[in-house]
Amino acid sequence: MPIVIWLWCVAALFLTSLVALATARSASARVLVYGICLAASVVAFSAALAQLLAGGSPAPAIVLPLGLPWVGAHFRVDALAAFFLAVVNLGGGVASLYALGYGRHEQAPHRVLPFYPAFLAAMNLVVLADDTYSFLLSWEFMSLVSWALVIAHHREAGNARAGYIYLIMASFGTLALLLALGLLAGADGGYAFGAIRAGHHSTLVAALVLVLVLLGAGSKAGLTPLHVWLPLAHPAAPSHVSALLSGVMTKVAVYGFIRIVFDLLGATGWWSSMAVLALAAATTFLGVLYALMQHDLKRLLAYHTVENIGIIFIGLGLALAFRANGMAAAAALALTAALFHVFNHSLFKSLLFFGAGAVLNATGERDMERLGGLIHRMPLASFAFLVGCVAISALPPLNGFVSEWLTFQAILLSPALPQWGLKILIPAVGAVLALSAALAAACFVKAFGVTFLGRPRSPAVTTAREADRFSLAAMLFLAVLCLLAGILPGPVIDLLAPLTQALVQGHMPAQASTSWLAIVPVSESRSSYDGLLVFVFITLSALLSAYAIHRLASRALRRAPAWDCGYPDASPLTQYSAASFAQPIRRVFGTVVFGAREKVEMPPPGSSAPAVLQVELHDPVWERLYAPVIGTVNAAAERLNHLQFLTIRRYLSLVFLALVLLLLVLALWL
Amino acid sequence: MALIHEFAVQGLQMLVVLLLAPALVGLVRKVKARLLRRRGADILQPYRDILRLVRKEVVLAENASWLFRATPYLIFAATWVAAALVPTFATNLMFSWSADLIAITALLASARFFLALAGMDVGTSFGGIGASREVMIASLAEPAMMMIVFTLALIAGSTQLSTIAAFMQSPMVGLRVSLGLALVALVIVAIAENARIPVDNPATHLELTMVHEAMVLEYSGRHLALIELTAALKLLLYVSLIACIFLPWGVVPPDASMAAQLVAAFAYLVKLALSGVCLALFETAIAKMRVFRVPEFLGAALMLGLLAALLRFVSGSL
Repeated sequence: MPIVIWLWCVAALFLTSLVALATARSASARVLVYGICLAASVVAFSAALAQLLAGGSPAPAIVLPLGLPWVGAHFRVDALAAFFLAVVNLGGGVASLYALGYGRHEQAPHRVLPFYPAFLAAMNLVVLADDTYSFLLSWEFMSLVSWALVIAHHREAGNARAGYIYLIMASFGTLALLLALGLLAGADGGYAFGAIRAGHHSTLVAALVLVLVLLGAGSKAGLTPLHVWLPLAHPAAPSHVSALLSGVMTKVAVYGFIRIVFDLLGATGWWSSMAVLALAAATTFLGVLYALMQHDLKRLLAYHTVENIGIIFIGLGLALAFRANGMAAAAALALTAALFHVFNHSLFKSLLFFGAGAVLNATGERDMERLGGLIHRMPLASFAFLVGCVAISALPPLNGFVSEWLTFQAILLSPALPQWGLKILIPAVGAVLALSAALAAACFVKAFGVTFLGRPRSPAVTTAREADRFSLAAMLFLAVLCLLAGILPGPVIDLLAPLTQALVQGHMPAQASTSWLAIVPVSESRSSYDGLLVFVFITLSALLSAYAIHRLASRALRRAPAWDCGYPDASPLTQYSAASFAQPIRRVFGTVVFGAREKVEMPPPGSSAPAVLQVELHDPVWERLYAPVIGTVNAAAERLNHLQFLTIRRYLSLVFLALVLLLLVLALWL
Repeated sequence: MALIHEFAVQGLQMLVVLLLAPALVGLVRKVKARLLRRRGADILQPYRDILRLVRKEVVLAENASWLFRATPYLIFAATWVAAALVPTFATNLMFSWSADLIAITALLASARFFLALAGMDVGTSFGGIGASREVMIASLAEPAMMMIVFTLALIAGSTQLSTIAAFMQSPMVGLRVSLGLALVALVIVAIAENARIPVDNPATHLELTMVHEAMVLEYSGRHLALIELTAALKLLLYVSLIACIFLPWGVVPPDASMAAQLVAAFAYLVKLALSGVCLALFETAIAKMRVFRVPEFLGAALMLGLLAALLRFVSGSL
């Protein structure tokens, strides 16, 4: 595929941004902007898919005379870039389709429309870039545009703070990446990725680069403890943008990590995988526990992004460990698992955010404690959301299970690793992964059960209506993709083969040749899974049993009030709420991790005052890591504050003193 | 011909597990009753219960959605498929490769996911309390199960259950510390997953002590019949699982002679009966735990499983 196709798409998106700037307030701007975004994404996605199908051989690179005059802007699309272009544009396209309907309810379209195409373009550019300068520029541009989208509704409580924290964390991340790429480029300034790839890097540089990339790409992806901005910023944006932030932009961050660590840095020692695995396991576990404590539907989903990024990084860490020990086939399996999860997560997380957006539109509520019973009012949207819930909970036969299954298979190959550190760490990581999968299922029982099932908890729900056609089309399309990727994972794995071949010099066995469309990670005697057969068996058994019972026994049915234990007309408030649903898990895990405490105030006998139950939760990351830093910065600012109110003589003497000091340093150094 | 034969064996196995499951429940109930010096109902009583329920009309709560009505069929299908993948008297079944032990665990998790959702569908506090406690128990039992799977997979070099079962029959197994730990963990997980005493009480309808029964409180008629049958299938599944891994004697490959298969089937029946009696003895001898003691009980299983997996990771012979 010639690379200009993507560059034209990017150009078209930028142009749309400019047009939107002028026409955002007009009624037809929404259709125009999202329509063009949809078209551009479809073109870019098809091109990326065509390149992947053609075996992913790199298209000839292009150097445009943009940016720094002696560097230019390099663009290149290899198998890795093609895969991520496919993920970005699939997510972008479906989000645009959703926004065609969802955007109708936008209060401030002039704050969203100009930035939305630019955001899509920036994410494409990050993946297309083939030199450090354009990579960093696109990365920072992506951060800034997404920041503008995050504070689109800046008057709502908490959104301004979310935007502020996001801006700080994004700048910090770019700074870390700048240093990492600077170290890689070296003093001679080989800015093109080709030159960096060819160069040799010492162990110290490799270690520094790895740490910096973990900070830079990790903060954008949401690795603990750099995730704090994510659950604030992602829910603050309009829902289709939330889907892009969670489903797609975090994947661009994963792309940055893979590009730098697997591709540019070359071989790394096994210790690098220890760091990645430990961080990833902590991210996975904390992410899902935080999510369980949330009552805000969108924030719950954002915390699940943190969890899923952890799962992806577990796969990447395993791939690093296997690669460092020359186990190419195992490394390919682990990397395939991670990339498959990248694809899967972009599908079901977008779907879930679309669902949350549909609920928000229909009821005006994000707080699950005020929802309930929506399955009756929004049957199709709730069905699509249910598919997303099953997929993200890693339950067969949907796609989330396949990538977790592959990760487990990779973990089971790791006793062959020679290093003791890894031998002890990896089973623990496996246990954390299994625990998180079970907790995620618990969390989505809560999310779906409280939001869509039961009886309405507030009047807002009783007037809710089904989502519009465009939103439903986007959601059902993603739901179908979740099912397809779950029952036919073989083709996806085969598409990833050239990619793993290039990055870890190995690939999984070709899945196209296995019987009955099963997938085989290593060899058939070791393990195999056939999503299609499992799906067919379950469907057949369910239909068979339904048919047998209805035909041979009884199909009589009577509607009656639910069993009320003799207390008639129980209020909907007596239902289990999100907080009460999570209470057992909060008691088991939360007391350790969050220092959760419950305070019950019972009124004295005879008093008509209500009893009060208060739950106290502490965010360990924020309180232990961020609060001290913020405290120090504030204290220093307080101290230095009086510098603002000096006389001109004092300022002049300060300037003079500084000059003398600098000259002195210079004299001593040279 | 061979294909037809294999199909027949697979089909037979699916029917066998379905037909045997209520008998196992009946046996456990009977033995428990005898231990309490009651006469107890006939072993065949669960069949009669299911037949009676199937013929009755369904009384559906006014607020119940399509999910509530679809769930019994879904969980029955998922559990039946999972049960059909566990070798009972013959290994290497036709479709055993389509899902390994991890997938079987996940299939049961799918069933639980939908049952917990159904518990929340009507919007009473009983369904909620059951669902909430069920997922709390599952959040510990599932990772423990996964650690057991890790241990077995690392010993047998495969996650395919039939390969593991075949390996367990070979003389290469021997006595291993990790296997012992895995057995204890698996028994704990099986007790918790099947809502048996001391984790849950299948015979109670006292709201503060029930988990599984609270979840399915709103079900009636054919729906309830399917749910009862599913619970019985799940019990049979776990007993078969423990039997084919830790008591592998008598399990034959599908191409074995008819006589060998008959002997294997008989051995399987003996194992089932033995496990049923053991379960009844255990349940009679122990008291039910408070709900918040359960995490400690299951945490022990998780730690044992992790320890077993860790032993396998650091040493090939333990």
